[in-house]
Amino acid sequence: MQSAIETTLDIQQIRQDFPILHQEINGRPLVYFDNAATNQKPLAVINALTQYYEGYNANIHRGIHHLAEQATAAFEASRRAFQEFLNAKHWQEIIFTYGTTDGINLVAQTYGRQFLKEGDEIIISTMEHHSNIVPWQMLCEEKGCILKVIPVNDEGELLLDEYEKLLSERTKIVSCVHVSNSLGTINPVKTIIDKAHEVGAVVLIDGAQASSHLEIDVQALDADFYVLSAHKLYGPTGMGVLYGKKDILDAMPPYRGGGEMIKEVTFAKTTYNDIPYKFEAGTPNIADVVAVKTALEYMAGLGKENIAAHENDLLQYATEQLSELDGLRIIGQAKHKIGVISFVLDGIHHQDTGVILDQQGIAVRTGHHCTQPLMQRFGIAGTTRASFAVYNTRDEIDRLVVGLRRVQKMML
Amino acid sequence: MTINEKQDEIIEEFDLFDDQLDKTQYIIDLGKKLPPMPESRKIDANRIMGCQSKVWVEGELKDDKLYFYGDSEQTAQISKGLVGLLIRVLSGEKPEDIAKADLYFIPRVGMGNLITSLRAGGLASMIERMKAYGRAYSVSENSH
Repeated sequence: MQSAIETTLDIQQIRQDFPILHQEINGRPLVYFDNAATNQKPLAVINALTQYYEGYNANIHRGIHHLAEQATAAFEASRRAFQEFLNAKHWQEIIFTYGTTDGINLVAQTYGRQFLKEGDEIIISTMEHHSNIVPWQMLCEEKGCILKVIPVNDEGELLLDEYEKLLSERTKIVSCVHVSNSLGTINPVKTIIDKAHEVGAVVLIDGAQASSHLEIDVQALDADFYVLSAHKLYGPTGMGVLYGKKDILDAMPPYRGGGEMIKEVTFAKTTYNDIPYKFEAGTPNIADVVAVKTALEYMAGLGKENIAAHENDLLQYATEQLSELDGLRIIGQAKHKIGVISFVLDGIHHQDTGVILDQQGIAVRTGHHCTQPLMQRFGIAGTTRASFAVYNTRDEIDRLVVGLRRVQKMML
Repeated sequence: MTINEKQDEIIEEFDLFDDQLDKTQYIIDLGKKLPPMPESRKIDANRIMGCQSKVWVEGELKDDKLYFYGDSEQTAQISKGLVGLLIRVLSGEKPEDIAKADLYFIPRVGMGNLITSLRAGGLASMIERMKAYGRAYSVSENSH
């Protein structure tokens, strides 16, 4: 677990920024612990969406009228905001996507199809989300490539020695999650990237879970690709970012064909636009792209290190409190974790746990969390997962513990 | 007792509880009372797909009536209770009545999130399986 830094945040004040939190579910105040699936949106972000539609909704880039210019400026301002957020060298390295899954598919279907050939190897890890498994399996099937998997230990940490053994001159892509959505493990991605580069492989980092909790510096990491989703960053659903190094993106063929991604179209030949537009065919998700900038500003206003310190306090408290429950086993006890706590209760199905917690107003996620191979590694069908965001409190963890005692009382 | 009389009885029973948790407890207890299905019947052909937990249902025709047996994996007690509730309503009835049964007790008993979570978890599939047995054994259907 990370060292605790005292948080200076006024959590009760922060909770006032999130309208959705102030409601009752089944007659009890909502406790929202499903933040790893999606976190809630501050009023400022909701207002940014409304303001866009009320004030300057227009299609971007080719309009000559005032509203189109205003919308284009706001859209491109979000790109610059993400450049800063990820510390990318060039603004052109920020591609807007529909989310993390879309970003991974883009890389697999463009870089992968262009540069990989039969017998080449792709390395992923045991703790990948299905969205960082299936696109590579599809590529392997098409190109005759081989998928290799980094194993994990019982604590839910990657075995780096085993990773090194998998690496060879045949390794072309390493695609690894920064933070596990099921276990909360923070992976040593800098080491993973450096080792991959030694054999000439490119590295994609799935930052879906990491990006709202950790400082991300793609230049310091030397990541070739970094993908994330806005809706896990206190932003809207339906948009995300693919960061890619400029020279690599330049060399990649386009993904989808359509408007915006072209320079000139004739029936004889079409020439493609430059990055980032080469990868942004069709009218993008303008409203959500515009509004996500407010989410980034909101996080920056709180300070990511303060958010991390608060969430780490919640993780430590929850780990202590849940460990007191008989028959509860935490899955994933890595030394470096974010505020995600996955567990199983002896003799109780996770689905029943989720249903009865919900009846007490507590929202958690149950099941395999789209990481079935990881569940198989631990010999379980699924877990109950509580995941924390900046607006959660120790009191809510106490509610979870009471709720779980009730589950046990009802079931056993 | 007809299917509808049994449904009305269940509605009355659930009306005794104000709290969702008490209703859930009642369903769990129903599940605990459900006789276990022999392991030999827990085969893939009887498995209801689409549940987070494993659930099996099998029908058997005896003296022109359909009898159901069901179970869930041991720890999934809410699913087991719901299977038990459906068996209580539909088992021992004529196939034709099962095929055309309107299971109005489900929305009426106010099971709240049990319905939505179990819809995702296969309640609709359990009902569909039982009705499929009803259709398969219906005299009128088979005579076509």
